This record gives sequence, C-alpha cells and structure tokens, in this order.
Amino acid sequence: MSILIDDKTRVIVQGITGRDGSFHARAMVTDGTNIVGGVTPGKGGQKLDEIPVYDSVAECIKATDVDASVIFVPAGFASGAIREAADAGVPLIICITEGLPVVEMVSNYHYVQRKGLRLIGPNCPGLISPGKCKIGIMPARIHKPGSVGVISRSGTLTYEVVYNLTTSGYGQSTCIGIGGDPVIGSTFTDMLELFEQDSETDAVIVIGEIGGEDEEAAAEFIKTRMSKPVVAFISGRTAPPGKRMGHAGAIISGGKGTPEAKIRAFNAAGVPVADKPDEIPALLRKQRGR
Amino acid sequence: MKIHEYQAKELFARYGIAVQDQAVITNAEEARAAAERLGGFVVVKAQVLVGGRGKAGGVKLARSADEAVGAARSILELTIKDLPVEKVMIAPAADIGKEYYVGLTLDRAAKQFILMVSKAGGVDIEELAVERPQEILRFHINPLDGIDEAGLKACLSQAFETPHLLEQASDVVRKMYQLTIEKDCSLVEINPYALVDGETLLALDAKVIFDDNALYKHPDVEVMKNPEEYSRDEIDAKAANLSFVSMDGEIGCIVNGAGLAMATMDIIKLYGGTPANFLDVGGSSNPEKVLNALQIITRNPRVKAILINIFGGITRCDDIANGILMAMKQIDIKLPMVIRLIGTNEEEGRALLADAGFEVAEQLSAAVQKVVSVA
Repeated sequence: MSILIDDKTRVIVQGITGRDGSFHARAMVTDGTNIVGGVTPGKGGQKLDEIPVYDSVAECIKATDVDASVIFVPAGFASGAIREAADAGVPLIICITEGLPVVEMVSNYHYVQRKGLRLIGPNCPGLISPGKCKIGIMPARIHKPGSVGVISRSGTLTYEVVYNLTTSGYGQSTCIGIGGDPVIGSTFTDMLELFEQDSETDAVIVIGEIGGEDEEAAAEFIKTRMSKPVVAFISGRTAPPGKRMGHAGAIISGGKGTPEAKIRAFNAAGVPVADKPDEIPALLRKQRGR
Repeated sequence: MKIHEYQAKELFARYGIAVQDQAVITNAEEARAAAERLGGFVVVKAQVLVGGRGKAGGVKLARSADEAVGAARSILELTIKDLPVEKVMIAPAADIGKEYYVGLTLDRAAKQFILMVSKAGGVDIEELAVERPQEILRFHINPLDGIDEAGLKACLSQAFETPHLLEQASDVVRKMYQLTIEKDCSLVEINPYALVDGETLLALDAKVIFDDNALYKHPDVEVMKNPEEYSRDEIDAKAANLSFVSMDGEIGCIVNGAGLAMATMDIIKLYGGTPANFLDVGGSSNPEKVLNALQIITRNPRVKAILINIFGGITRCDDIANGILMAMKQIDIKLPMVIRLIGTNEEEGRALLADAGFEVAEQLSAAVQKVVSVA
C-alpha cells in the first residue's frame, strides 16, 4: 500500500507539450507511471511519443478514465488549469507550477474543496510511491520502496532527506511535497491523517520550514490522533524575520512562523526534531524502537 | 513588495478611502511651502519601509512653517532601522477624537482573508495581539462567497457605535477588500483609522504590502517599487533570476532549492560558521546562473569562503560544474570554495571539477564542516 497513488493510478499531464511538461512526462513514463493522456489547448490530436494529447481535460476524460492530473503550465495559466481539472472532476490534482498569486490560490483552494476533490501544491515537487507511481519532478532513483512516509514543504531538501533514509536502509511508502506557498491544497495534517490510516506506512517524517502555523497544527494532530512514530526537521532557523526565503510561504511575519515555535510544538507532541537531515535515520530508529 | 505611507494613501484615494491632503518632500526647505499650503499646523512623518517610526523620532508635530522646516530637517537626518530617511510626508495635524485599527490580510490557516478591527487603534497590533487578544475583532472573508454583509455589520458594530460611523467603516472595509482582490495585496492596514472633528473617519496612516508573485499583473503597482527595500545584491540577483537574501555572515552559499538553501545555512550555523547569504539558483541548471551567483557573492567583502551545495534533480550536476568552471575563467576567485554535488549526473559533474583540481564532497555535513574550517 501507499497513500493517494499506486501502480494503477491513471495520470494526465496538463501542459504536456511545454518544455517542462514534456520533459517530466517522459521521465514519469520511464519511472513507471501510467500516463494516459496530456492536455494542451490547441494541440488536440497530436501525440507526445505514445501519449495522446487533448485540447482540454474534459475531452481527455471522455476518452479515458483519469485518477490524477499533474499541472506544468506557467503561473499565469495555472489557476485556470486547476479549475479546469476540478470542473472535469479529476479526484487528485497536483500543481507543480511555482509563482501563483496568493489571492488566486485562496479562491482555487475553496473551489477544489467544494467539489470534494484533492489538490496538492502549488509550488511543489509532487509525490512518489517508489516502485509504483511517480507524479512530479523528483529523481526516482534516490527512493526505494518501504514503509516510511515523507511529507515536506520543500523540493531538494526532501531529496536530501530521502537520500539519507534510503542509504540508511529505510524505504518509503509515499513521499509528498505539499508545496512552499502560503496557501496550499493539502496540509501536513491532511497527509498525516492518510499515513495514519495506511496499513503499510509505519513511521512518518515531516519536513517543515519557517512561516505559517501548519507545523504547529501537525504537532497537535500527532499528539491527539496519531499512533505511528513521527520525526521532524525544520529549515530556516537562521532566517531573518520579515524576509521571504525563496518559497513564498517561508517568511516569519508578525511574530508568527518562527522555527522555535515549531520545534517547541513538535517536542511537546513527543516528536524529535533533527538538527541536520543526516540525523533523521537515527532518530527514526530510536522512535520506532520505543 | 512594500510601499511608503504616502504611496499607500495615493492608492487609497484612488479607491475612495478617505485620506488627508498631503505633500512629499526630499529637502527640508520644501517643508515651508508645503506646511503653508496645508494650513500651518502639520504633522511631519518620515517615509521609510519599516515600522516604529514614531519611537525612532520620525514623526513630529509642527505649529508653523518654520517649525515644519526644522522638523523635516531633523527627520531627514535620521536613519531608522538601518534605512536612511530620504523622504518626508507632511499632512495637516488632525484633531483626533478616537483611534481604531482596521487591517485586512490573509489567514493562512483558515485559507481565507481576515479582517481585524480594534478600538485600541494607534498601537502596535502585533503587541496587542499578544497582550490583549480579546480586544481584536476578527471577521473572515471567503472570496468565493464575497463579504457576508450581515456578519460584517455584526463585527463592526462592536467597535463603531453610531450608524454614521458604522456606515463609514463598512464602506472602508469593502474598499480595502476590493483593493486586496484587484491588486493582489497581502496586507492592507489603516492604523490609526481616526475619528476627526467628531464625525469623520480618516486613514491617518496606511500600510499596503503586495504579493511579489502577482506584480506581473499590475504594472501600476510595480512602478511604486522602492529600490531601498532590497540590497544591491538582492536587486542584481533578482535580475539574474536568482532567489537571494543578504545576511551578515562570512560564508557565501549557492544552493539549489529554497528549503535546502535554508537548511544549508542552518547547518553552517550549527557547526559554528555564519552564512553570508541565502541563494537559491532554482530548478533549471543554466551554467550562466552559477556564474551570476558567484559574481554577486564574491564582491561581498565579508565573504571568506564559498559553499556550493547541489542536490541534482532537474538541476544537472554537470551543468553546475560547467558553470563553476566558466566562472573561474571569467572572475578571479581567490576565496576557498567547497563544492558538494549529488544527484543527477553527479559522476560527470565530479569528473569535470576533478580535472580542474577541485575536491568535491558527497556528504552535506562533511562539506559544511570543511567550509567552516577554512572560512
């Protein structure tokens, strides 16, 4: 098992003929993902290798059943793409695109939510269930199948953590990048809930960063609702307040979103917080041995 | 992106939010004519992109044109939180009866806009939120539903007690919300929102912050940008499409990905070093970007060593290696450099750098220990 995606997940790619979309569609196919179609307005009828391209998500789902859509369109078109997928009723929408205005995302979030669908991202690397399915941009070969769930607000930092897990012998059930923006479709808590229910996940790594209070909410969930061991990491301990550290959501503002508050919250929930990514496997070993 | 109070008030005026007449000057002598035009009894306020101007002596009352010149002169000599005051705003001194706080921003946790209102205006809202949170009224707005008018009235009537004041405040909130939606603001704040002459509510101060991700949609907002918000390095980095924040340490950092870049700085600190900057070269691996990054970092005189940390995904390690080699030819880098490459095409990248005599680390902790020891 794994969460959200497995070897049967049928995936479409919005923006499949673009530079990033085509590159990653091919990489996903190589990594074993079942890509059943692509969408680029005006390019319906074409093919990317063997993948049929449609003018719209609606056209695409007329031709094939779809479980998930991954969005690679530029920021100016991403809100439209999210809504198009939602209107077509795609159950799982993953938006890789970075740079969506927050005001648009607030509306997008509720738009998807009210249709009972799930959005991951934007500004995220996507998700992978190693050996089964990859929907996103992460290098599949640093992963290996196993029973540790990983949830992160970051991209390459997740790779760093996964690399440390894999080389220490810990495979992963599913690794999810939820995105570095202030408003994202799925939070740590949403994903923790799924991992808690997943029979083949037996521990979870949470990789947070400064900004917002999602980590504090996650700590509260772990304290009250989670039976599986969790280990955390928080980046941005040296970040100056008021400065946006690359990710639009990584900012300490109005005294909120400090690393100290997040570390305190995790510790109070019995979750050890690693000082460096390479300490995570040892902390995990200790937590699982409790 | 932040703007000055006077710019925010010009924007407010465009949206029909009541503000005072104002003058903006850069030279103390200009205060005389401005004060005379504005009625003689005026307030003189430093225009800097940080809070706490009042405490720093950046706000003064002047009872005559002469006094206004003196006030402007002393304020223009100030440096507030490292920012030299280059402009002052002059407005009529108001006869303030009561001060309110009205602010509209994003509630990240609720994923809605949140209106915050208080009868204890004029104070630092962050302090108020910690010390007397019960004095802040809160009201959420879901953009798919728009403003719930009945709910807004119920909220505002707890602070604005007469129908006349309630009507003005409701109108201001609608306009603040319209401004937020139309111009992609992350904060619109009026503090104080003041009762003057017993019946009129005026925005005596104004703060607006815009979402950087939305600036491309609003050229009229972008022209209000103030270069002093960013350091020279930050401006150059932005032009080169690098995400960069200046810090005051000694180790220059080049990393791919924001989360890893933050973590790299944190680990430098953990091993006793100090980061000179946050720098994310981004997801693509254009060698030119590495060159630009090294140019910006090496001109910082505080930098004693450089750490390049790349975890290749989309970014290819051989592209990064080529960027480093290109930079070594074009700029004379005398500083010690520690390079860590891992991920996509790491063997090719390492081989390229080994040929040029570089030692390349595989483990992050080891690379950081090394750079801290040579800095």
